Amino acid sequence: MKPEPKTLFKKSLIVPIISVFLVIAFALFIDLSVNAYIQLLFIYICVNAIMGLGLNLVNGLTGQFSIGHAGFMAVGAYLSAYVSTKISFFAAPFEMFNFPIYAISGGLLAATAGLVVGLPSLRLRGDYLAIVTLGFGEIIRVVLLNVDAIGGARGFYGIPGFQDLVVSIGGTPIVVHAFFLGFVHALLWLLVTFLVIWRLVRSTHGRAFKSVREDEIAAEAMGINTTKVKVRAFVLSSFFAGVAGSIFAHFANYLNPSTFSFIKSVDAIIIVVLGGMGSLTGSLIAAVVITLLPEILRPLQEITGVDLRMVIYALLLIVLMIVRPKGIMGSKELPDLWRGDAKTT
Amino acid sequence: MPKLLEVQEITMQFGGLKAVDRFSMELSQGELVGLIGPNGAGKTTVFNMLTGVYTPTSGDVLFESSSIKGLKPYQISHLGLTRTFQNIRLFKDLSVLDNVLIACDQHIAYGMLASVLKTPFYFKEEMIYQEKALELLKIFRLEHKCQELASALPYGDQRKLEIIRALATDPKMILLDEPAAGMNHAETHDLMKTIVRIRDEFQLTVLLIEHDMKLVMGICERIFVLDHGVTIAVGDPGSIQTNTKVIEAYLGVDES
Repeated sequence: MKPEPKTLFKKSLIVPIISVFLVIAFALFIDLSVNAYIQLLFIYICVNAIMGLGLNLVNGLTGQFSIGHAGFMAVGAYLSAYVSTKISFFAAPFEMFNFPIYAISGGLLAATAGLVVGLPSLRLRGDYLAIVTLGFGEIIRVVLLNVDAIGGARGFYGIPGFQDLVVSIGGTPIVVHAFFLGFVHALLWLLVTFLVIWRLVRSTHGRAFKSVREDEIAAEAMGINTTKVKVRAFVLSSFFAGVAGSIFAHFANYLNPSTFSFIKSVDAIIIVVLGGMGSLTGSLIAAVVITLLPEILRPLQEITGVDLRMVIYALLLIVLMIVRPKGIMGSKELPDLWRGDAKTT
Repeated sequence: MPKLLEVQEITMQFGGLKAVDRFSMELSQGELVGLIGPNGAGKTTVFNMLTGVYTPTSGDVLFESSSIKGLKPYQISHLGLTRTFQNIRLFKDLSVLDNVLIACDQHIAYGMLASVLKTPFYFKEEMIYQEKALELLKIFRLEHKCQELASALPYGDQRKLEIIRALATDPKMILLDEPAAGMNHAETHDLMKTIVRIRDEFQLTVLLIEHDMKLVMGICERIFVLDHGVTIAVGDPGSIQTNTKVIEAYLGVDES
């Protein structure tokens, strides 16, 4: 007997709802258990993971190559920072609800930028996107350096962040930490990013993305409007990069154009390639590895007195790519592993 | 009876080379027509012009009485003219089922938001098209391999999957580019019968390029012969087999 669409719909709500509770529990645990330095690393993991997942949509799933994603991140970061210094939608005790709005505004402007960049360059087949995005990333950086209203080369100061929230339950005041609120915010965005891409991939829209990656000519012949599909993937990817930028801005409370250099774009590419092109869980794992690796190597610098961090970081990446040339996960997802041989052929 | 496809003197010029020179043909609904010729005669170029991969340098192509010249391949596919490829172009790293489902994309109605929210409509549509895809796979008895990667299929099955994928677009007319290439006798024979069967079952019009003369002569009602981009003969299989120009094109002219 076949399941009804309605029951399937209800079943599909279970995972998101459980995930939200897990997010809150995890945020509370991290808030209470580790110090501020490690807490900040968790935020950076979220930011990098959102960047990686978004970029995977373009580089891994649709088979295009963007190497200027830091540009979209910068657009999102600066816009949401600027908006947050000018407008507050919610008054004092509820000000944390402002941040999703800032993030969406940053994401939307980044998505618009993605549309402007993607529309002309994705009509063509081949490496044009790489060249155009590379240029775009640099243009954004140079523009940010020279616009005085957002700090120019000095950087953008005084971006409001999350504040401690005091609630009194039965007369006893309870302090909800700023970090907890912020981390929930970041984790929820990560959850949204992951679920949106995960579900898209398993729909006809995701199959269209993959068909473009596999064979553009065949995809066209089978009725796929490849330009539209590529632009869609790219705009969505830019949106998430903008959101990642916004989360970053409200935690760092300070933005500098040099943060969004070419290296930042390369970081995102490393996450995608290291995790495995097209593997979302791979991108998550790689985001954790890439964020933590330089930090784990930090004590080494103190012992030896030489900064070997980047050398070892690079060597580890090279070794990993030799051992697993298709990335940590290949094109598989974590659930495929305990489903065993179901998908192996 | 109106013609389904009218090709009016299309020419394809690549620099100084005329790959196809003033090629014309008219196909009625339900016909099964062959396009043959020696290697390099321009057969695949004709297919590429009909499906929008190339835009003809001159001439016009009418599909159901409206011009499709200059349309993008996906637009032509939406109108109901689809094809298979000579050098197999499957989505290799995707499952057999996904290959077929991608061709259904143009008919699947749910939007991106519906697929993210997994609305009941999303599930309903997915079920309908999964079932349809499996139904199509049964034509060539590939349904039990639906979860395998397309690249893992044997060569003959890959050719068959290409035909199934093309059928999934719900075409009115299908262009088959060497469907029997690389198949053995038994497989070719099987394929012949299946082509005729799907033509009848789906009320298709079929135009096929093929080097296997047994297949072409066995099932085609009319045959066009191309040589060096020029149409040298048109007719039923019997007349083509005895046509001196065709024999010369294939075997060369006796110089003595």
